[in-house]
Amino acid sequence: MARGQAHDVDSLREIARQLRIDSLRMIHLAGGGHPGGSLSAADLVTALYFHEMNLRSEEPDWPDRDRFVLSKGHGCPVLYAALARLGYFDPQHLDTLRKFGTILQGHPDMNKTPGLDATTGSLGQGLSVGLGMALIGRLDRRAYRVFVMLGCGELDEGQVWEAAMCAAKYRVANLTAVIDYNQLQLDGTNDEIMPLEPLEDKWRSFNWNALRIDGHDMPAILDALRAAREHEQGPTVIIAKTIKGKGVSFMEDQLDWHGVAPNAEQLEAALVELGP
Amino acid sequence: MTTAAPKRELPTRHAYGETLVELGREDDRIVVLEADISKSTQTYRFAEAFPDRFFNVGVAEQNMMCMAAGAAICGRIPFVSTYAVFGSMRACEQMRTSVAYPKLNVNIAVSHAGLTAYDDGVTHQAVEDLGIVRSIPNMTVLQPCDAPSTRKAVRAAVEIDGPVYLRLTRIAMPILYDDNVDFQIGKAIRLRTGGDVTIVAVGDMVFQAREAAERLAAQGIEVDLLDMHTIKPLDVDALLDSATKTGAVVTAEDHNVLGGLGSAVAEALGEHCPTPLLRVGLQDTFAQSGSYGDLLRHYGMDASHLVEAAQRVMRRKQ
Repeated sequence: MARGQAHDVDSLREIARQLRIDSLRMIHLAGGGHPGGSLSAADLVTALYFHEMNLRSEEPDWPDRDRFVLSKGHGCPVLYAALARLGYFDPQHLDTLRKFGTILQGHPDMNKTPGLDATTGSLGQGLSVGLGMALIGRLDRRAYRVFVMLGCGELDEGQVWEAAMCAAKYRVANLTAVIDYNQLQLDGTNDEIMPLEPLEDKWRSFNWNALRIDGHDMPAILDALRAAREHEQGPTVIIAKTIKGKGVSFMEDQLDWHGVAPNAEQLEAALVELGP
Repeated sequence: MTTAAPKRELPTRHAYGETLVELGREDDRIVVLEADISKSTQTYRFAEAFPDRFFNVGVAEQNMMCMAAGAAICGRIPFVSTYAVFGSMRACEQMRTSVAYPKLNVNIAVSHAGLTAYDDGVTHQAVEDLGIVRSIPNMTVLQPCDAPSTRKAVRAAVEIDGPVYLRLTRIAMPILYDDNVDFQIGKAIRLRTGGDVTIVAVGDMVFQAREAAERLAAQGIEVDLLDMHTIKPLDVDALLDSATKTGAVVTAEDHNVLGGLGSAVAEALGEHCPTPLLRVGLQDTFAQSGSYGDLLRHYGMDASHLVEAAQRVMRRKQ
């Protein structure tokens, strides 16, 4: 999907809905995975992969493609669903998530899944990986951009802030961090476990361009991505307020849906809510 | 095997820094990441020659390791430089998950191996790193003993498809080899041929082992001496050939005897050719500040202790 041939807002909303359905089906079949963080990231992943990023799914190694690093690797079902929909691999693979011999590992493995740009899932490492990519893109005089999606609980990791300082030092304008800010981490709310606010101030004090948006408002997401693209002085962070489990009422904002697969009955109820 | 009489000496980190500059001229893909100790690791030489390809990320080794992963994914050949303590332990899981798991061509070149960090004390003496990095799949682990073999090792590391951990010394090492030394990853270099006892040595301990072998020769004991510069993949063939011939083995490493060369040799002998073995190195203890020579003597790692170990292990031959 090359930027400019992108879908309109309604089509993007429909794709996000499909990615949510695919994610829940996959996690149900796998009997394990992370529904909450897949659903919270669905609109952001859709906006990136189906609108903003310059990609050639028929040429996964295209040197000038934009890169995406899912630092919150546990959200990979929604990313796998997006890659399948874009044609990087046969969607039948989605049924094999987490199963022996699968190309879709429990956390992203760049050597097993076509279309993945990095191996991730150990929290705190992805922004550094993306920074390395962005610096090399600049060194190679290539126009590609690098997007790194971080979880909010992940911001507890000190390495994120090492990378934040370093990205500002090198003024890497081709690096954009997107925070899936659903305000829940495994053991509780961010406020209970490790308060993050004032979050924009933190990033601004690290000399980043910081934007705060509703991470389920498709036009707002597209606007923020455009603003990040147009900001040429350094890296941009998009702090996208999201709802864990977004789209399924009984999963929304529920800590218990961080890392539990829906059973058949729960899946059916969820699919009814998400629509046909 | 080609050797030259020791005529001068150089820390292996200096040979690394010089070779990086040569490589930088030859290959645009080489980039270097450094964590604020470039004057010590010698990457400042590369920084002066190729400022665009040098990234000093400050005292932040974890970020550095993962940045190198990103650079490798985008087609570059990164060298990551720091001290062995920080490269192998501070950034351990980054090395394991972001570098070794995807099998990226990241070369982790670390100085201040073992007691060569001498008076800096325990904080800067890496005595666990070989055991740690050896247990990580996809890793190649090297510790050349002198400057010429280090130059070859740096070049060989670039050619390896996957991550390499290259262990370097803070202090000067005698020049043992000439510039044409046949350094091949995974191939031990036989420094002496003998039939009485095998000494397998790595890095700076090669020089203690050479001295021990000379003293043993004076007693009529002929040592089969291997420079096992590649700890992983271990040259099992050379080890078994020698152990079968001599029937007694001593290992010599500037490292804890748990996890490093001694362990690797014990594993190979235990599986293929059970042979009396003594492991010379730190006996599962931290060291302390002091001169390199005082530390080797105190912790039982100098040539005299190697002579004694060889004599003891020979008495266990059947």
